[in-house]
Amino acid sequence: MAEAAAVVAESLAGYRARAARAVLEQVVLPGEELLLPEQEDGEGPGGAGERPLRLNAGARSRRRVVCGPGLRRCGDRLLVTKCGRLRHKEPGSGNDGGVYWVDSQQKRYVPVKGDHVIGIVTAKSGDIFKVDVGGSEPASLSYLAFEGATKRNRPNVQVGDLIYGQFVVANKDMEPEMVCIDSCGRANGMGVIGQDGLLFKVTLGLIRRLLASDCEILQEVGKLYPLEIVFGMNGRIWVKAKTIQQTLILANILEACEHMTADQRKQIFSRLAES
Amino acid sequence: MKETPLSNCERRFLLRAIEEKKRLDGRQTYDYRNIKISFGTDYGCCIVELGKTRVLGQVSCELVSPKLNRATEGILFFNLELSQMAAPAFEPGRQSDLLVKLNRLLERCLRNSKCIDTESLCVVAGEKVWQIRVDLHLLNHDGNIIDAASIAAIVALCHFRRPDVSVQGDEVTLYTLEERDPVPLSIHHMPICVSFAFFQQGTYLLVDPNEREERVMDGLLVIAMNKHREICTIQSSCGIMLLKDQVLRCSKIAGVKVAEITELIQKALENDQKVRKEGGKFGFAESIANQRITAFRMEKAPIDTSDVEEKAEEIISEAEPPSEVVSKPVLWTPGTAQIGEGIENSWGDLEDSEKEDEDEGGSDEAIILDSIKMDTGEVSNIGSQDAPIVLSDSEEEEMIILEPDKNRKKIRTQTISATQVKAPSKKPVKKRKKKRAAN
Repeated sequence: MAEAAAVVAESLAGYRARAARAVLEQVVLPGEELLLPEQEDGEGPGGAGERPLRLNAGARSRRRVVCGPGLRRCGDRLLVTKCGRLRHKEPGSGNDGGVYWVDSQQKRYVPVKGDHVIGIVTAKSGDIFKVDVGGSEPASLSYLAFEGATKRNRPNVQVGDLIYGQFVVANKDMEPEMVCIDSCGRANGMGVIGQDGLLFKVTLGLIRRLLASDCEILQEVGKLYPLEIVFGMNGRIWVKAKTIQQTLILANILEACEHMTADQRKQIFSRLAES
Repeated sequence: MKETPLSNCERRFLLRAIEEKKRLDGRQTYDYRNIKISFGTDYGCCIVELGKTRVLGQVSCELVSPKLNRATEGILFFNLELSQMAAPAFEPGRQSDLLVKLNRLLERCLRNSKCIDTESLCVVAGEKVWQIRVDLHLLNHDGNIIDAASIAAIVALCHFRRPDVSVQGDEVTLYTLEERDPVPLSIHHMPICVSFAFFQQGTYLLVDPNEREERVMDGLLVIAMNKHREICTIQSSCGIMLLKDQVLRCSKIAGVKVAEITELIQKALENDQKVRKEGGKFGFAESIANQRITAFRMEKAPIDTSDVEEKAEEIISEAEPPSEVVSKPVLWTPGTAQIGEGIENSWGDLEDSEKEDEDEGGSDEAIILDSIKMDTGEVSNIGSQDAPIVLSDSEEEEMIILEPDKNRKKIRTQTISATQVKAPSKKPVKKRKKKRAAN
């Protein structure tokens, strides 16, 4: 029955599944179906319409492929759920198929386990804080989840404070939960963010670009003024420089970086460096 | 969804920046954000953008019976809606305090200032008057809704045209847009709201606060004024105590801002009028650029391009100007004919071929049918020898053209007269297709 439904869905779409490798770096749309390299080898591109696809087609070529954001495994099929460019990360070891994900432009954040985010404390209730992270519901943060916190030694957190933390629980059925310590119990940069500085929002795509290990923007920004900066995966950036003027300039530059080419950016940075 | 809370550090930073006379978007204290006015295709529809704040205004009219105590006055109705699309914190279908406040202020600004001549909206005293309804929708919220909404309302009213009405005795005639040009409303003046945000108990003042500035302000003063510097409405909210000097200074600033905005509105209205008169493109639907990322994306189709250049050269070298083409029918077998050399494509210009038809005057049926694009309907127009052929205007003929050879044989056995005419058409059609492909 499920197979029949799959075939119907396919014929309705009027669209044959495309090989994931063929559409790398190209735009994919929600509802599209992708074929992983093993599947195209095993069945050939012609046979794709006839038989339902298998993610685990026998033991001969079982490789771990990770479906990142924007992709969903639906039975034996791999479906696209977001609109954007398909990306792939090469595997580290031999028995690894790498990671596929869709790089989409969006502003709405959906909590993901392990993400580092900036939250705003909205309420203190008993032994937990409610933290707004821009998701559909506030995350909870235990007062014990700070470095060095004990039942007697409570952290000094006020309503309205900024928290830099990490998700330990984030799924669609449960309230997300944050902590400000790593697995060793160290703060590791997390905790309450200072009282000065400016918080502003950018798109999630820009945050990912800024956090990439080879990000030029950040290096160029660092040359301008001495600054403190925190990036949250939820699209929030906190920045602090020596003066208000500098902080404002940095915030506006980072916001503008979204739609600038590398050349335009260099021009602006050189002009700023002169002034 | 709940509003994103404002963090302490944002609040502190904003206040400190205001103390240093700096604003987040680099404006000066008395600067407005960019105002953009665009019109819809219909009269009375506009979108006003104030920075990122965006309001859609739409005016509509209706003939209704007047209020009892004002028998000779038309009715004006204003309605502002804060949709959830503008900001997730707005709840649909609920009259929030903010919404009530804004609606009330708009009414005071536009209706109570008598900027529109309501008596001119009367058709028959005590029986029929025009009801003008102004619907305003907030499309995006980035602070200062009231200024954007008041501009959108007055622009939409200025832009609006109501259908013309004539009264002769007891008879009222309503003319459609085609019968008579619609008439504009008579507008005495254009009141425009200007908002002032106060910080630190009135120490600092900002014009046109954006969303974040609105959240940290201590008080708000809205002054509605027209370009003659007549104050239409003044309202101070958030419970702040203001000095007389402050209010006077604000009214001076408002006068300058209102003059600027009025000029902008008039320019926008004139532009739209001009474009409409010239019959150019107007309305915001036209001004939105097509962002073609994937809309026209096509799959790649494999094409054999191995000898394209040779083929193209061959065609060019052998091609002749179409005027020199002499169509000589070549009879291959009885019932099969061909026109031309098989390279030049001359069937696009129908007029030429029809002339030829008339010249040849039905000497050969096959050629005639061939040259008039297989249109069986036209066969009857041309004088032909065989009457039955003309009458055989059936579906079979079309099938002969479209279907492969086996059908042709079948039909040939059925109607000999028809096949004699239709069968030859098969070949030339094929040839043409080839030619097109080559071109």
